[in-house]
Amino acid sequence: MEFEWSVIVGALPALLGGARLTVLIALAGLIGGLIVGLVTGLMRAYGNRLLNGIAFAYVEIIRGTPIVVQVMFIYFALPVMADIRVNPMTAAVTAIVINAGAYIAEIVRGSFLSVHKGLREAGLALGLPMWKVLVYIIGPVAFRRMIPPLGNQFIVSLKDTSLFIVIGVGELTRQGQEIMAANFRAVEIWTAVAVLYLIMTGTLTFLLRLTEKRMRIL
Amino acid sequence: MSIVEFRKVTKTFGNVVVLDEVDLSVEDAEVVVLIGPSGSGKSTLLRCINALEEINGGDLVVDGISVREGRARVRLIRQEAGMVFQQFNLFPQMTALDNVAFGPRHVRGTSRAEALEQARELLGKVGLADRGHHYPAELSGGQQQRVAIARALAVKPKLMLFDEPTSALDPELRQEVLRVMRSLAEEGMTMIVVTHEMAFARQVGTRLIFMENGKISVDGDPAALLANPENPRLREFLQHVH
Repeated sequence: MEFEWSVIVGALPALLGGARLTVLIALAGLIGGLIVGLVTGLMRAYGNRLLNGIAFAYVEIIRGTPIVVQVMFIYFALPVMADIRVNPMTAAVTAIVINAGAYIAEIVRGSFLSVHKGLREAGLALGLPMWKVLVYIIGPVAFRRMIPPLGNQFIVSLKDTSLFIVIGVGELTRQGQEIMAANFRAVEIWTAVAVLYLIMTGTLTFLLRLTEKRMRIL
Repeated sequence: MSIVEFRKVTKTFGNVVVLDEVDLSVEDAEVVVLIGPSGSGKSTLLRCINALEEINGGDLVVDGISVREGRARVRLIRQEAGMVFQQFNLFPQMTALDNVAFGPRHVRGTSRAEALEQARELLGKVGLADRGHHYPAELSGGQQQRVAIARALAVKPKLMLFDEPTSALDPELRQEVLRVMRSLAEEGMTMIVVTHEMAFARQVGTRLIFMENGKISVDGDPAALLANPENPRLREFLQHVH
């Protein structure tokens, strides 16, 4: 068979529109997931029994169920159960925030707890309150250790947005699917979709490398 | 009033009694050297003073504040009781200068400029005036420990606690740390030092305490005790150290 470049050129505007949506969902998801993960990770690492228990339950429930089930639950089950109506985009962003948050929580917990306990003692011994020890002493050391696993999670989450095809969000994979259904050019369309994903994940990798280079791992 | 006062202090880890109803008073300007076999409770005793370890029984009053008065009051104790650790524990993401300036800025509310100026002075005092912009990883063990001493001093404590400050150092690096400690003692700083450096105990210490099984078994003048240890366990211990 012939590889028809013209198919790609014709499909590109729609695919780029889809990619734009993918980036948007992923970005919102990563920022939200980072905040949720930071809070729950610190609850796991330093919280009392109650906070620790809540965070533990959250992480276990989310890690233990597929993201497709989670987004279906938010989009289809929540309206029935609690009369909460959400549009597909909101459901998608919520799902990715909640999902990424659970994984990032474990990254945060691991990084903070991996910091030598002597640093905590040195900070406390100066007379600092615990929150200042976490913010100024342990946090900066832990953050550097979080970069590689965070990069992993960012890439996974970006690709997970393709699963939102099941609730009809017009992201990149969905756009590819729709064009393919009309012209049956599977090779060209899926090649183009794959390359667009690679460009996005490649950019992420590059940005993380840059951050890592600027901060020495301690 | 004593600056540190242990009243029947008990500390347990699970079923293990590490401090067994310890009574001890330390006065201003004393240099107390704590020795004893490992597991005798000397490090734990030191760490109870600034509440890095919580006591289980009795009372412990430091500079007029009990360690049992709650978190906010404990922070006041820690500001008056500087600590130097065996493993230095410098903040790796900060330069030597920032390590020393950190405490005053965040604990005493000193301005950045003033804290840095004071940090420069303190680094000079420990002989590291030219190392201010180095990160801990770029310094030798002896240099790191001297920065750590400067960091503790920066908060202007009334009392300094040393937890085996030279045990992680090569012999030739120990002397530079001991010199700094000696000059600190000469300035009249109250010091409690857990160490195996018997020469330091003899020359700088004003009081020697030998601990065994969570109790203080010998307490007296360092020179006299080291020259003529009457307690058989102390005599045996000293033979192993030398």
